[in-house]
Amino acid sequence: MTQQLLISTRKGLFVATRKKRDRWQLSDPEFRGVPVSMALWDARDGAIYAALDHGHFGVKMHRKLGRKFAEQPAPAYPQLPKGKVEKDSNGRPVSRKLRLAWSLECDPRMPGGLWCGTIPGGLFHSADGGASWKLVEGLWNVKARTKWGGGGYDSPGIHSILVDPRDANVVTVGISSGGVWRTRDGGSKWQNVATGMRAAYMPKALAYDPDVQDPHRLAMCAASPDRLWAQHHNGIFRMQRDGATWREVKAKAPSRFGFACAAHPTDPDTAWFVPAQKDECRVPVDGALVVLRTSDGGRSFTQLRGGLPQQHAYDLVYRHGLDVSADGRSLVMASTSGRVWTSDDSGEGWRELAANLPPVYAVRWVEA
Amino acid sequence: MPRVTFPQVLQRHVECPPVQVAGATLREVLDAAFAIYPTVRSYVLDEAGHLRQHMTIFVDGVVVRDRERLATNVRYDSQIDILQALSGG
Repeated sequence: MTQQLLISTRKGLFVATRKKRDRWQLSDPEFRGVPVSMALWDARDGAIYAALDHGHFGVKMHRKLGRKFAEQPAPAYPQLPKGKVEKDSNGRPVSRKLRLAWSLECDPRMPGGLWCGTIPGGLFHSADGGASWKLVEGLWNVKARTKWGGGGYDSPGIHSILVDPRDANVVTVGISSGGVWRTRDGGSKWQNVATGMRAAYMPKALAYDPDVQDPHRLAMCAASPDRLWAQHHNGIFRMQRDGATWREVKAKAPSRFGFACAAHPTDPDTAWFVPAQKDECRVPVDGALVVLRTSDGGRSFTQLRGGLPQQHAYDLVYRHGLDVSADGRSLVMASTSGRVWTSDDSGEGWRELAANLPPVYAVRWVEA
Repeated sequence: MPRVTFPQVLQRHVECPPVQVAGATLREVLDAAFAIYPTVRSYVLDEAGHLRQHMTIFVDGVVVRDRERLATNVRYDSQIDILQALSGG
């Protein structure tokens, strides 16, 4: 088995290939100079998908099947009839223009099936390997959508898409800021399952409103798909046994704020988080980079610092900047300072793979 | 026929040398140009058919302010320059 990493950065897509345990080979970037917001490797046909954020030129999607990337259509929102404007609960017009392709996942129900989460607030589906995309109207049309707000960006965004390995019609998405939504029928009907989450940034009366929650990232234990983890704007939450409500689990130090989380593929009680100083600061607490791991379902957390910078570190790990391999032992983490680390012992010790990359948006294991 | 030029920085993503195409309004001219370079459309216009936020079009040296309808009249010999602002780091 070859281990590779897809590293999506502000200046292109890098591929790191493991040559020996301690030796990685880093590729020249694809799309040099262009922000790559997300990449996906499709184990079914070996395709690699890349979502580009050209900024001025808009979002572009590319697929590599074989040797070269080729441009494909980007998801597009259906437009309202001329003169009609939809407003959110703050009275601002709701955008129907693609700002960012933020998350990409495979839909195992069909070859070439894909899900794409976007800003503003869209979930798109492709049944043909990205040759065409369709907005998932069932989610777009939920009444509560007008209550969704931005989280870091001006508009709400879908950053996490979890497909239940037992039944691929069950899909859970995380929205900053619009809670956690789940379909059980492949996308027609959706229900908010963010009950139990608490938004410290809202007025008290609205703090537990599921529609205003800001889960920064969701992760699922593949072997126990009812066990979800969330790094929320103001804390870490774990899904209860009922599979529908959340409980806050309190990590005392160094902070409750963070973006990334990763769930162990087979052990439902193990998950990793990367805390940072909240909120307006967004840097490691005291300049020391720490990974938090729980191995007991969130009752306690271990601070993992081995091999990570403990002085003058201003690395922020974005929500897609942490990933765990299929064996549950190897981790990869990458930061806004262009540093990439890997660990082969569940995060106890980390080795620097690269120190001078562009700011990293997303890292993912590829295990072919 | 009106002549259309595309942003220099776009050339590295999509090949689009200047073209001469027919049309009485900017929208008609652009549609004709995008018929020649279909990929370029989504780089210049968004999914609503509006000019992208950081794109600018000059018709005979005058900046186009009707960015949604693009109904500006063009002459048979108009020069249409599509430009792009750059920002960021």
